[in-house]
Amino acid sequence: MLTAHQLAAKKGRVTLFENIDFELHPGQWLFLSGANGSGKTTLLRILCGLGQPERGQVLWRNAPTQIDSTPLRREMMYVGHALGLKEELSALENLRFHAQLIQSVFEMTKTQDVLASLGLRGRENLPLRVLSQGQKRRVALAKLLLYPLPLWILDEPFVALDAQGLEVLVRGIQAHLAQQGLLVYTSHQRVEIDAPGLEVSLSP
Amino acid sequence: MSVFWSLVQRDLLLALRRRTEVLTGLFFMVIVASLFPLAIGPEMDFLRRMAPGILWIGALLSSLLSLPRLFEADYLDGTLEQLVLLPSNLALNVGAKMTSHWLLSGLPLVVLAPLLGLQFDLSADLALSLMLTLLMGTPILTSLGAIGAALTLGVRGGSVLLSLLVLPLMTPVLVFGAGALEAQMGGLGIQAHLSLLLAMMLASVALSPLACAMAVRLSLE
Repeated sequence: MLTAHQLAAKKGRVTLFENIDFELHPGQWLFLSGANGSGKTTLLRILCGLGQPERGQVLWRNAPTQIDSTPLRREMMYVGHALGLKEELSALENLRFHAQLIQSVFEMTKTQDVLASLGLRGRENLPLRVLSQGQKRRVALAKLLLYPLPLWILDEPFVALDAQGLEVLVRGIQAHLAQQGLLVYTSHQRVEIDAPGLEVSLSP
Repeated sequence: MSVFWSLVQRDLLLALRRRTEVLTGLFFMVIVASLFPLAIGPEMDFLRRMAPGILWIGALLSSLLSLPRLFEADYLDGTLEQLVLLPSNLALNVGAKMTSHWLLSGLPLVVLAPLLGLQFDLSADLALSLMLTLLMGTPILTSLGAIGAALTLGVRGGSVLLSLLVLPLMTPVLVFGAGALEAQMGGLGIQAHLSLLLAMMLASVALSPLACAMAVRLSLE
């Protein structure tokens, strides 16, 4: 369970948001909405521990998270604006190193299957820099699907995806939530997710 | 520990894919060391006396040149964020990045230096001492520089600031590294200089990953 308690953040002297409270239970999604510059990314970074709030607290499984909270980091996956992939490496290499870094097992056939389901068949061994923006995003999504961790924090996950990619992602999200996963995401696109959820609106 | 080696392995593979970046620092060292004998002229005694200083300055500037590269690419493509969010120890992971950076920019200097020393008529004994001092000195340059590199991440004109930050810290390494060779030429032992270099190396290699991890976290916030 992810809980935010009275969160507030400032950028310089400007207060981005304050009094953000929510309680997210397993199987639920949380949609952060708000205009450009309203602090959506800042809030996501605070939730995953990359940033610190001005006031307030984030709790993961009822324990407060600090800036380097190992329990949270062990169970969370964050995909931000920068995808965290190496352009010089192929999709397979990127996923293999990811598996090694999170100390998980890399399974070649399973990885190829997931990449194929994301429409990347035949491009597994190409360096990422020759792929399109949407295809790179699909490789980042393959990380989520291959190594399922309970909490997904996604910053604009639908950007650059075509209709088919969007459908694969939404199906992945629904499967994740059905397995008692949690999801926090921001988006400027309204996407129907067939699961219970809540919306937090950040207004400047 | 397996995470440590995976990171080293990844960085080495990446370096293999963009070789020019790695070679820039080495070429710089070769050019500096080759231009001096050409400009100064072929007076053996003079060159021999200049050798330690020039080779050490070359090594220092070459490692300074490669420092901004240490975290920059990872910072830009988001892999540094992912590194910070890994459940394993960040100081150890940053240490892995420093290790691979040293393997790519420090170790080649150690191997290259005696060859460049030939242009200064460096004797075999002195060439060996040069290698030894560089072997102890370059890890200090990398680990001190890494703190600066992490602190100046995302700062405009960061590389200039980086040089200003770390050069004062690096000068003792230069003094003792080149000083060891001077001492040997003068017929004194190099033991004292080497001991000091080794002490500095151990301290900086042990402590700087901790400072560096903090700096990385700070610049990502």
